[in-house]
Amino acid sequence: MTSVKMTVNGKSVSGEVEGRTLLVSFLREQAGLTGTHVGCDTSQCGACLVHVNGDAVKSCTMLALEAEGADVATIEGQANADGSLNVIQQAFQDHHGLQCGFCTPGMVMSAAALLKENPKPSESEIRNYLQGNICRCTGYHNIVKAVLAASGQDVGAIAAE
Amino acid sequence: MPKDSGIGASSKRREDVRFLTGAGNYTDDINIRGQAYVHFLRSDVAHGKINGIDTNAAEAMPGVVRIFTGKDFEGIGGLPCGWQVTDRHGEVMQEPPHPVLAQGKVRHVGDPIAAVVADTAEQARDAVEAIEVDLEELPAVINMKEALKEGATKVHDDLTSNLCYDWGFVEENKGAVEEAIQNAAHVTTLELVNNRLVANPMEPRVAVGDFERGTGNSTLYTTSQNPHVIRLLMGAFVLGIPEHKLRVVAPDVGGGFGTKIFHYAEEAFCTFAAKAINRPVKWTSSRSEAFISDAHGRDHVTKIELALDADNNFTAVRTETHANMGAYLSTFAPSVPTWLHGVLMAGNYKTPNIYVNVKAVFTNTVPVDAYRGAGRPEATYQLERVIDKAARELGVDPIALRRQNFITEFPYDTPVAVTYDTGDYGATMDKLEEMADIAGFAERRRQSEAKGKLRGLGINCYIEACGIAPSNLVGQLGARAGLYESATVRVNATGGLVVMTGSHSHGQGHETAFPQVIAEMIGIDESMIEIVHGDTANTPMGMGTYGSRSLAVGGSAMVRAAEKVINKAKKIAAHLMEASDADIELKDGAFSVAGTDKSVAWGDVCLAAYVPHNYPLEDLEPGLEETAFYDPSNFTYPSGAYACEVEVDPDTGKVTIERMMAADDFGNVVNPMIVSGQVHGGLAQGIGQALLENCVYDENGQLLSASYMDYAMPRASDLPNFEVDHSCATPCTHNPLGVKGCGEAGAIGSPPSVVNAVIDALNSGGKDVPHIDMPMSPARVWAAMNRASATGHGTAEGRSLGGASG
Amino acid sequence: MYNFEFEQPTTVADAVKALSEEDAQALGGGQTLLPTMKQRLAMPSKLVSLTAIDEIKGVKKDGDQLVIGGGTTHGTVAREASADYPGLAGLASKIGDPAVRNRGTMGGSLANNDPSACYPAALLASGGTVVTDRREIAADDYFQGMFTTALEEGEIITAVKLPIPEKSNYQKFEQPASRFPLVGVFVAKYAGGVRVAVTGASNEGVFRWTEAEEALSGDFSASALEGLSASAEGMISDIHGSSEYRAHLIGVMTKRAVTAAA
Ligand SMILES: Cc1cc2nc3c(=O)[nH]c(=O)nc-3n(C[C@H](O)[C@H](O)[C@H](O)COP(=O)(O)OP(=O)(O)OC[C@H]3O[C@@H](n4cnc5c(N)ncnc54)[C@H](O)[C@@H]3O)c2cc1C
Ligand code: FES
Ligand code: FES
Repeated sequence: MTSVKMTVNGKSVSGEVEGRTLLVSFLREQAGLTGTHVGCDTSQCGACLVHVNGDAVKSCTMLALEAEGADVATIEGQANADGSLNVIQQAFQDHHGLQCGFCTPGMVMSAAALLKENPKPSESEIRNYLQGNICRCTGYHNIVKAVLAASGQDVGAIAAE
Repeated sequence: MPKDSGIGASSKRREDVRFLTGAGNYTDDINIRGQAYVHFLRSDVAHGKINGIDTNAAEAMPGVVRIFTGKDFEGIGGLPCGWQVTDRHGEVMQEPPHPVLAQGKVRHVGDPIAAVVADTAEQARDAVEAIEVDLEELPAVINMKEALKEGATKVHDDLTSNLCYDWGFVEENKGAVEEAIQNAAHVTTLELVNNRLVANPMEPRVAVGDFERGTGNSTLYTTSQNPHVIRLLMGAFVLGIPEHKLRVVAPDVGGGFGTKIFHYAEEAFCTFAAKAINRPVKWTSSRSEAFISDAHGRDHVTKIELALDADNNFTAVRTETHANMGAYLSTFAPSVPTWLHGVLMAGNYKTPNIYVNVKAVFTNTVPVDAYRGAGRPEATYQLERVIDKAARELGVDPIALRRQNFITEFPYDTPVAVTYDTGDYGATMDKLEEMADIAGFAERRRQSEAKGKLRGLGINCYIEACGIAPSNLVGQLGARAGLYESATVRVNATGGLVVMTGSHSHGQGHETAFPQVIAEMIGIDESMIEIVHGDTANTPMGMGTYGSRSLAVGGSAMVRAAEKVINKAKKIAAHLMEASDADIELKDGAFSVAGTDKSVAWGDVCLAAYVPHNYPLEDLEPGLEETAFYDPSNFTYPSGAYACEVEVDPDTGKVTIERMMAADDFGNVVNPMIVSGQVHGGLAQGIGQALLENCVYDENGQLLSASYMDYAMPRASDLPNFEVDHSCATPCTHNPLGVKGCGEAGAIGSPPSVVNAVIDALNSGGKDVPHIDMPMSPARVWAAMNRASATGHGTAEGRSLGGASG
Repeated sequence: MYNFEFEQPTTVADAVKALSEEDAQALGGGQTLLPTMKQRLAMPSKLVSLTAIDEIKGVKKDGDQLVIGGGTTHGTVAREASADYPGLAGLASKIGDPAVRNRGTMGGSLANNDPSACYPAALLASGGTVVTDRREIAADDYFQGMFTTALEEGEIITAVKLPIPEKSNYQKFEQPASRFPLVGVFVAKYAGGVRVAVTGASNEGVFRWTEAEEALSGDFSASALEGLSASAEGMISDIHGSSEYRAHLIGVMTKRAVTAAA
């Protein structure tokens, strides 16, 4: 066991881990942050997506020890300071960008990374950026719409309901 | 003017807030103090005899608590099958035992042989590798046609053959159908494969078993669409635990699509083991494990014939299907190719003569059961493909051919046993034609051709029987369970309500849509209503969510219970206002006496029910809580018309969906936003089936598409924006809400239009390709265009028979 | 995963030392190695992470070559190579997805030499050089069949030198499930001739399509490829495409790469 310490959503978190402990396991089991999910074991689904030092990363494909000293952001830290949904979260609710909610934390974190890099993405840029996030429920239509809306763009052209 | 509350409003989903903030409570988020972890040793061969299992080395590994093998389950029940099909000859299907852990033999890759329970999940997995199994590999049967040959290896030694049943429906129609085909002016024949799929909800299955020594109560937390069904099946048939000593909880569930209906070995194992070691036991499936242990879907191989008279009226349909059951009968497996498929073979058409034959076959593959649509996509696909092929052969417009044969009068008794209560297929087709801008297609095709692409337009209709219910009907059809639904409506003293429903939400938004109905009935704010579901401890016995039944059956039960509550509340109100019951009206959250200005608020009546100081105690009990069980008199029959426009790259065979349109008739709609979302998701899965998804075994029974590296899931970039409409509504005539169900439509209705569109595109490019099997991967489309072999060794052809053209 | 020790040195020298231990293995971005280890298909006793070694990161122009550190992520290459070597940047920008590109490295991709990996096509088509902690290896000598390279035990790719072509382009035809290339073709036009490297297609891993190179060296246009076809012999055949299909795609993708080359 080795000790590891990182900042998660602005708070310092530490624990004892094995070499093989994945970042996602550390977050879920030791930091108690179960919002980050595991949907596959081949690094493809993105349910586990978090930000490490500001970059989108699949936390199932990174060791906890590799995050030593890092600044980690998860879905639990995304809401506004007063607890209300942030712009992206609110857009997902407004446009029904989620159903079962399992892919949602990864989707929201992925969308946040996209909008940081590209504040006004086109529809096809959004679809391409989300290549590593699989959703089985929504068919992506409303996710794409939510991301467009979160970036302040007009979604009127995309079929409503 | 869209409403902003109640029935018909697109209320935002309240459950979203917890999912969007990471506060959901999925089964894997549940950890019980002191829990141990199980890892299963699964067969890596498709068929084998277990000569011995040596667990000595594994027992000595760090952290190991106990190792279980089939021996520990001797004398304990196997996993039951919930449906019994009677075949053409009046005999009941062959039904092999399905042990929790293998007894003497393994029958598919992934069949569990042993289970290690250890302090940590990694320790359990480490120890599994130290178990030595003396496994004698036997020849495997994968191909259904081979499996039915005389002398084929048997999946189950104790059965007479690999044929589960040979079902004919309606057997009495057989002669008339033969005659109609003989006399037809034209017969179109098509052989096709309905590709095997894996449902792949994004949340893999999880089970946590707990046992309380003090009370002797067992609890199972599980990723299920129907906790009560699991409690019944597991308690009564597998472990012998009476229902009052067993609680099953399905908390937030990350998608199901059918595959979380069934009762699985791992659930029974965790419940059993928790008691055996007196410690909670948790199992979390990896995705790799899910591919070899979740029930698969579809996997039908079909030959269909459509007979037409000289005026292009359909005169007969005859189909023969081989349906893969896999190695064991999963919970509802026998019903899928029969009652969920055969009864839909009339489609939207007034074909007078229909005969369906289904041969269900055991093979050394993972069990196959219901997956979104279950049987109805298979029926729709073959019918709508053969109609399109007929139109092409006859040189007639595929829309006109369909319209000409539409059923137009309702109720309509089909030749395959069901009665459609309502529908207006012309209306949804009108709507679709308007959405699809068919007039503009030629120009769009020209533009595609200018880019070197072929463009095609495909359309199809569908009908489904859903709101899966009438207990007496399904009972006659072989169901071993009732299919009603239940609800308890509890009014609190301060006027708020809790609805405890037997339905289960795993993405469908019950927590939002159900309150809209109650809010409308009482005239109060939706926020005053809370929905409780998923826990057998605090909901009435219900059958769960599948077959697009939640609102139609579960919602109706809720309406009935709410009506009882309202009736009682009216009596209380009558007492308070010293009026007659019959004169009381409820509107906008207040009771009034007709023709007077007397009124009393909803909340005051509720308070009176719980603080009965001024109360008709001699006539009424205090309190305000009612339960209803609702068992409808028929299925519901959503229907619609779909269109797809594709571009095909003739150099590579790659298909791109340019437009996907759906005009559905769901009857009344409670929350249009949620309904659209359900259709979107179904469309994505249907397009996935048509273009991407394929569960493939090699001839030895190894699963070749065993992870997302080889099983192609639709991604955002594979799909267009969808155009959906549900303004054509013929309300269901027999449930109080007039709703029909919308969960499966997209998956049922979309595959044929995608295939029809690709065939249309290829034909426009001078490629006379009559059919391409799904998934229409670039390799297959290219091969069909060039008549070359598309894929190498170990393709779907190794598993399915006939019809695979590439 | 089997358990292992974890080390994170900050210099190449320390990493080489750590890797000299038996069963120690380098960990780049982990985007291949960690999934492999999850399947328990690899069991190193020690993982030596290279991510803290700054000297093997970054994209630099050095005369007519681009020098890319072995520890540079795909995302960084996509951004920083775009002005000098757009074909390479384009390739990097299409590897996996953004999260994979934020972790996965060029050194890891080349060391792994997956028959369907993208970078090997760029290295081979560029006629580049692999720089390790102990020597330099020419691209033509580096690849030795699928998952096999000229690297020795514990040898670390510290950089890759790629001569900058006049024009280049990479065409990736995706395998529908993994989204790795079913066939990927990298075309690079230099003053001295054209090089064409193909990935995803062959059982032997990345290879040069010399017939196409010859045709294109005389006339760098898609029409120069008319009538040329790659042989299906030795091509991969699996559930996603037959060897004939892959051979066919090589021709199509090469033409497209030539047309798109910038
Ligand atoms: C979802 C997904 C999609 C992907 N899609 C693509 C794709 O489309 N195209 C593509 O090409 N790749 C793809 N990849 C693979 C990805 O590019 C990997 O990043 C890459 O193959 C390995 O790089 P790494 O730095 O992650 O190496 P690691 O996984 O850390 O290591 C891989 C191997 O290289 C060794 N190694 C690592 N670094 C060095 C070094 N500097 N010197 C010597 N040896 C080293 C390791 O010991 C190990 O054997 C995908 C991966 C994922 C998870
Ligand atoms: S769980 Fe990390 S990508 Fe699937
Ligand atoms: S909302 Fe269920 S997987 Fe995306």
